[in-house]
Amino acid sequence: MIQYILRRTFASIPVLFGILLVTFALARLIPGDPCRAILGEKATQEVCDRFIREKGLDRPIHIQFGIYISEISRGDFGQSFRYGMPVTRLLVERLPTTVELSFSALIISIIIGIPLGIISAVKHNSWVDVTTMIWANTGVSMPVFWLGLMLAYVFSLLLKDTPFWLPPSGRITPGIPSIPFYEAWGLAIPEAGFQFSVYKFISNLYIVNSLLTANWKMLGSSITHLILPSLALSTIPMALIARMSRSGMLEVLGQDYIRTARAKGLSNRTVVLKHAFRNSLLPLVTVIGLSLGSLLGGAVLTETIFGLSGVGRTLYDAITARDYGIVQAFTVVIAIFFVVLNLIVDMSYAYLDPRIHLD
Amino acid sequence: MNNKQNLVSKLDSEGLSLKSVSLWQITRRRLFRRKSALVGLGILGLLVFIALTAQWLAPYDPYDVLIGKEDVVRRQKPCIHLLGCPQDQPQHLMGIDGNVRDEFSRLLFGARLSLMIGFSTVTFAIVTGTVLGALGGYFGGWVDNIIMRTMDVLLAFPALLLAIAIVTVLGPGLINALLAIGIVSIPAYARVVRASVLSVREMDFVSATRALGGNTFQILFRRILPNALTPLIVQGTLGIATAILDAAALSFLGLGAQPPTPEWGSMLGAERNQVFTSPHLVFYPGLAIMLTVLSFNLFGDGLRDALDPRLAHVSG
Repeated sequence: MIQYILRRTFASIPVLFGILLVTFALARLIPGDPCRAILGEKATQEVCDRFIREKGLDRPIHIQFGIYISEISRGDFGQSFRYGMPVTRLLVERLPTTVELSFSALIISIIIGIPLGIISAVKHNSWVDVTTMIWANTGVSMPVFWLGLMLAYVFSLLLKDTPFWLPPSGRITPGIPSIPFYEAWGLAIPEAGFQFSVYKFISNLYIVNSLLTANWKMLGSSITHLILPSLALSTIPMALIARMSRSGMLEVLGQDYIRTARAKGLSNRTVVLKHAFRNSLLPLVTVIGLSLGSLLGGAVLTETIFGLSGVGRTLYDAITARDYGIVQAFTVVIAIFFVVLNLIVDMSYAYLDPRIHLD
Repeated sequence: MNNKQNLVSKLDSEGLSLKSVSLWQITRRRLFRRKSALVGLGILGLLVFIALTAQWLAPYDPYDVLIGKEDVVRRQKPCIHLLGCPQDQPQHLMGIDGNVRDEFSRLLFGARLSLMIGFSTVTFAIVTGTVLGALGGYFGGWVDNIIMRTMDVLLAFPALLLAIAIVTVLGPGLINALLAIGIVSIPAYARVVRASVLSVREMDFVSATRALGGNTFQILFRRILPNALTPLIVQGTLGIATAILDAAALSFLGLGAQPPTPEWGSMLGAERNQVFTSPHLVFYPGLAIMLTVLSFNLFGDGLRDALDPRLAHVSG
């Protein structure tokens, strides 16, 4: 097993290098003048020359790439031209929103998708099955941005003045007092360095931070603001998960050992949940893993619609503003996350299905 | 000979037949048995019909600004005579958009663009992916390594993000958006073709062609690739759905089709801030995108099941 993990990790090094190369190339290929994109159209030639020299943009391209690689390996993602701060700090600020959004979307899609899939497999060809599959097919075909806008219309306008009203944009209600958990706990930590970044990251996860500081008003606000975006974002993975768990279950339920289990007199519940479900998990894990990647792509759209300043939105803004630093760093982080995720998915196979030998 | 005839007539009398049935006949028969595939095909047929006849079906020119020509205002709600809208008012089934144009006519013309987007990106991706996958699978070694590792890198990015980045490099516009979506969908096809090539490369009929003096081109395109056709068709049909969805997303973000082109994604994007005041301008284009994507998904799923020999005993 360890050997397999090591081999897979080594095998992903060329891919990681490729990712770095592609992001570097893409960021450099973005047309337009980075200086004037940052400093404004009216920046004089002298100012621009100095800017380019300061940022190292006048060096040969392979030297720039070399510097870039060596910086990244030290965990330094460079500066954002536009915000004038280290990209790492920006990442610590913006990533938590996306993490909260993607995870709540994933949780919604799993807790609704899997039971729906199982029920429609067990009650194959019943009205539950037909309805679920119509809904699942519609779900995978739904444009996220359209669903988001329609949800906002229904819950923020039509249901105004009812208990079901939900806010159409933003991460929290402005004006609710909130302090980071490390200050509330009176932890004395230096305002820089890796440890501070980790603390800051955790405190920017609004739900986690309000739980840690027992700030219930804040917790309520951050959850209600997250419902609509995560509902919109969860539709496609939810539909995929429901479909996958249905077809997986159908395949397993037709096998001989299930008939044996039933013949032994086990209850339907035990047969379905203990005998069949575990064996239909495997393809599901793949879908869930891959869904997280598509969630990150969908986050660009969802964050744009619901006015959330997460990674997706920031990346989109950075691309249009030619902010190389952000483009490179954020894309690399997302892609690496994706590679690691695939690795975890592959490894979980052996755990879930002892028949699979990874070596 | 006589025996065979006897057997045939005996089988016929029992309602069985020895007549050969082609793969396409089996597929068609199985496909038509699935209700969902038929629904998909139905919607698709309707869309193709709308796309082909948009200029006759549409009551207005999709670019025609109606200021001064009719008594209508910006973002006017739909006026349907059958549903009680006064007869003296001009009928606009889906209302008027932000630039005082007939939304319904623009939507009809959008079908044309959407189908074009789906087919052109997938054709591009299939052709490129097939060539790359076939080369990698057939030659193996470093050729395969370089091609497939490049595909891995492309797959390491969420598709929409990569497409956004590529469009930014190429510059916003419909053609560039199509190219970007085409590029990000290449790996799926390359993998499918490579797998098929690997599975038949060493088979006897390929060696026979080689022994008969067939050149690489003949072996690859005449003998090996036809075996990859089935998974490619399925992947392609489902790929069209994804391509249309991604293209709409790019246009929604302002990176794809530019106004005043009647493209559903950009129509929706242009009016997204008016969702609370004029929901009809957001609702209809989105519904159109969803129905189109749904039709390809249903049809693609049906095709996959119909072409899968493992399911033959279930529905064949």
